[in-house]
Amino acid sequence: MNQTVKRIAYYPGCSVMGTAVEYDQSTRALCAALGIELVEIPDWNCCGSTPAHSYDPLLGAALAGRNLSLAEELGLDVVMTPCPSCLKSLKGALREYQEQRQSFLDILQMPFSGRIRVISVLQMLYEDIGPEAIREKIRYGFANKVVVPYYGCLLSRPPEFARFDDPENPVSMDQLLRAIGLSVPDFPYKTECCGAAYGVTQNHIVGKLTGGILDMARHLGADAVAVACPLCQQNLDLRQAQVDRHCHTSFQMPVVYITQLLGFALGIDPKKLGINKLFVSADDLFKGTSEQLEKLTEPTTA
Amino acid sequence: MAPLHSLRMPRDCDGNFIHQVEKESRQQISKCYQCGNCSASCVYTYVYDYPVNQIMRLIQLGQKEAVLRSSSIWLCANCQACTTRCPCNIDIVRVMETLRFFSVEQGTVSIKNVQLFYDEFMKSVKTFGRVFETGLLAIYNLKSGKPFTDVDLAPRVLKKGKLSITPHRIRGRKQVADIFKRFEAYRNKKNLD
Repeated sequence: MNQTVKRIAYYPGCSVMGTAVEYDQSTRALCAALGIELVEIPDWNCCGSTPAHSYDPLLGAALAGRNLSLAEELGLDVVMTPCPSCLKSLKGALREYQEQRQSFLDILQMPFSGRIRVISVLQMLYEDIGPEAIREKIRYGFANKVVVPYYGCLLSRPPEFARFDDPENPVSMDQLLRAIGLSVPDFPYKTECCGAAYGVTQNHIVGKLTGGILDMARHLGADAVAVACPLCQQNLDLRQAQVDRHCHTSFQMPVVYITQLLGFALGIDPKKLGINKLFVSADDLFKGTSEQLEKLTEPTTA
Repeated sequence: MAPLHSLRMPRDCDGNFIHQVEKESRQQISKCYQCGNCSASCVYTYVYDYPVNQIMRLIQLGQKEAVLRSSSIWLCANCQACTTRCPCNIDIVRVMETLRFFSVEQGTVSIKNVQLFYDEFMKSVKTFGRVFETGLLAIYNLKSGKPFTDVDLAPRVLKKGKLSITPHRIRGRKQVADIFKRFEAYRNKKNLD
């Protein structure tokens, strides 16, 4: 598949318009390098995220349904999103279409076939591209760097809904990180919740739960935590100073997106991957190879 | 919240409650046999008044008041650990969603700030078509009486060029607002039935 250009619909989600802008940048740059053409769903709307599915699944399903309907109109059969919470909402639309079809369609009032496939960027990288194909494309290695994979809650759970990887011990990110030469220890906190949307309303919860995750990463000698969720990244990175205060420590732990790590390994200019947008500096992780990188990327970036 | 031993189970029992929750959530709560996998999996138990297995049992015992006033239902983060591990295949997260919905209807919301945040989030989506993070936080700070929430983050977010000052209004925002309207009409009709 990586030999020919494949077109898929792209649902960015609201968070990448603001605090997670580097996730969007790195996802787009990586897909371009892998020969995948992302067609952004025109005029997409918010899927409702946690607040919508906190009450009645039909509202979130209908909000997400509008986006799927617009994607179907493009004539594409796959929608990819970088955000696991958006993923849950988009898949929720497909489920409610199966379970409460009439009510769902009555609220949506748009054409909807329910035949579109919804995947996360991680699932696309692991299943449609694969660690081996990534390994063949490496142009830079990370010398002696240790990175722990943090999956969070929604990428593989619940299993009948996510239909991806293992719900208790997911390994997709582990294998992709190993493919680009990183050292990846077993990470016991890989699916423990970080505090999710409680950063604003119940900050002490994020302090404790994210603190536990960062503490385990530190104990394992990690140079960084790899993530695939904008909300997890926000809690672990943007809120790390708050977590530091809660835990009376200073973690100084970079928290980077899987798309940034793979993109760098494939030779994409760090600026295009938004490395400078991270709150806790990850420059040490991407150090040493940047000079080489400039030489190699010059002809292609001109 | 009343400790479990002080609940007056027979007096406060609402025999219809389990049926209401089962119907709305489409989950068979009667199947729960208290194995405790859900509570063992839940990282939020330490802030709950009732661990999630007790919530399930209280539903079976018709303790509507205790359940709908519980803080647990508003501190659940939908992390899916309980649902993933339930041997009876009960979607416990879906049950918790249902309980939040009922507690809003009954006016028994225990953690008002969480509800406020969710409601303001949805208003933002209804108005603009996408959520406006900065505006949402400003309104939340104003209405919650906690005006300094996350102000420590603002300069850092600004420095990274990640703070949006104006909302992004999508062209189809009326279409989105209409989805809300039709959903509300559907809920009102369902409640009357």
